[in-house]
Amino acid sequence: MFNSLYRNLLNNLVSKVVFAGLLTTTLLASPQLSAKGVYQSGPDFFAEVFAQQQPEAGVLWLNSSIRQQAEKILGRKVLGLRVRYQHSAGKTAWILNEIGKEMPITIGVVIDQGKISSVKILAYRESRGGEVRYPAYMAQYQGATLTDKYKLDKSIDGITGATLSVWAVNKVAALALYYHSQAMPQPESTN
Amino acid sequence: MKKQLLATLIGLSFAATTQAATPSVEEMWEIIQKQQAEISTLKNQLNKNDSRITETEIIAEATISAVEEIALAPAASNKTHIGGYGELHYNNLEKDDGSGDKDEVDFHRFVLFTSHQFSDSIRFFSELEVEHSIAGDGQVGEVELEQAYIEWDMANNKTAKAGLFLMPVGILNETHEPDTFYGTERNAVEKNIIPATWWEAGAALSGELSPGLSYDVAAHSGLFLDDGEYKPRDGRQKVGKAKADDMAFTGRLKYTAIPGLELAASLQMQTDMRQGEGEKIDGTLFETHIAWQRDDFQLRALYATWDFDDAINSIKAGADEQTGFYIEPSYKLTDKLGVFARFSEYDNTVGSATDSAIEQIDLGLNYWLHPNVVFKIDYQNQDNSSGTGSDGVNIGVGFSY
Repeated sequence: MFNSLYRNLLNNLVSKVVFAGLLTTTLLASPQLSAKGVYQSGPDFFAEVFAQQQPEAGVLWLNSSIRQQAEKILGRKVLGLRVRYQHSAGKTAWILNEIGKEMPITIGVVIDQGKISSVKILAYRESRGGEVRYPAYMAQYQGATLTDKYKLDKSIDGITGATLSVWAVNKVAALALYYHSQAMPQPESTN
Repeated sequence: MKKQLLATLIGLSFAATTQAATPSVEEMWEIIQKQQAEISTLKNQLNKNDSRITETEIIAEATISAVEEIALAPAASNKTHIGGYGELHYNNLEKDDGSGDKDEVDFHRFVLFTSHQFSDSIRFFSELEVEHSIAGDGQVGEVELEQAYIEWDMANNKTAKAGLFLMPVGILNETHEPDTFYGTERNAVEKNIIPATWWEAGAALSGELSPGLSYDVAAHSGLFLDDGEYKPRDGRQKVGKAKADDMAFTGRLKYTAIPGLELAASLQMQTDMRQGEGEKIDGTLFETHIAWQRDDFQLRALYATWDFDDAINSIKAGADEQTGFYIEPSYKLTDKLGVFARFSEYDNTVGSATDSAIEQIDLGLNYWLHPNVVFKIDYQNQDNSSGTGSDGVNIGVGFSY
């Protein structure tokens, strides 16, 4: 009895030491990467997008037809009355929020002449699926346009176990393309 | 009479000519004064209108902002979330040797997720499940608490967990909403070898070593093989007054740097599966898998093996090694319709003298009515050397929200 108790204790102790060692190594080895949190503020995002230009602030009012289409794209109610954006020479930049599984993901989308020129995750708050912010994932959206069914014309390879986060980014990318088409009816127009 | 009329007309026209003549300077001055007064009045009015417009703009902006704030408030301030999933199954199976058949309908799982965000970095997550629709004394089902833990983001790339959580092993164990996998029933390998769904109580740490390479380490309660038991699935204590004489450790490395690809390997160690009762049996589980999606094509493959102390062979011959694998290619014909094939093989007594492996082929399709609502139908063909494999059709409907 005492013998088995002692053995158990010893085993537990050895395992604990091994585990603590593993933990310490992992903690020390991991560099300071941010898996969750705010990566870039809105003003910094706009400043980066329009580095060489003087962008103008625009407001897209969500009239009933724009709202209806936006709701179709997102598959949910759209709250708010207007969407603010920045634009210069036919290029627009949007910051939109969409819930992945439970928490909102803040996504910056840049559209140039009706095509996505970049998508960037500005803040990620979900426990899983943080991979969407990697440049390799974001690069998949480059050049995407809107089909006549208001979907992206490119297929996006997802993340196992975080499908909802990928869907959220897909929806926001499609929505930004649609908003762009409403804000800039003529591709060449600057207003 | 005519003369009189003519004279009057001439008189009138003279008077008119006199009136149309250039006004005197005094008269002009008077007119200018009057006009000036009128301009001033108009100017005043214009100024008033201008300030009214500005005022209206301010009021409009304030109103719009307030409306937006109210409209967006519920979403932003809602800290408690409710979600869930469920699946209803119909199985029509027949045993190879004709010894029996299964023809039943079962609300296999009904689950409620509840989570709460205490602060930006501290949250609670739980999963409460009713299995097989009804629970209680002598009933077929169970009510189970499968997850209930506190999660804390210690730093940007480190998250700690404490409580009751799912083991970081396999593909299905942590992500098992019915709309995320093919086949009505969960695959037999993860169920009988890993054994999914598998949860324990303890503490865990997760984080990233480099972009796309993440780790999980956990110290937690272990399995318990009671007298006569040898399968890991039988050892699940489900954290209900569970024996905690001997704890276990799990670690996982996961690589997800390439879009559409997940590569992972897990290792689980426990020094005594008997939890101090009788002869000590240690156990080690190694599991590795790939989940790869490229456009409409997806491939999932998994291998899992348990290595137990030889002492387990006195309970069941050959149980010292228990191994299984499956390979599952699938193809999405449209956004909503996908077809799959799965080949699985598992054996809970690899070391036995007789052939005890169970092979299973599944073929079927998933139809997603909505991204989170799925209908499934599949055909299964199970073979083992004793001829007790079950063949037949499974039909299911599942959802998550």
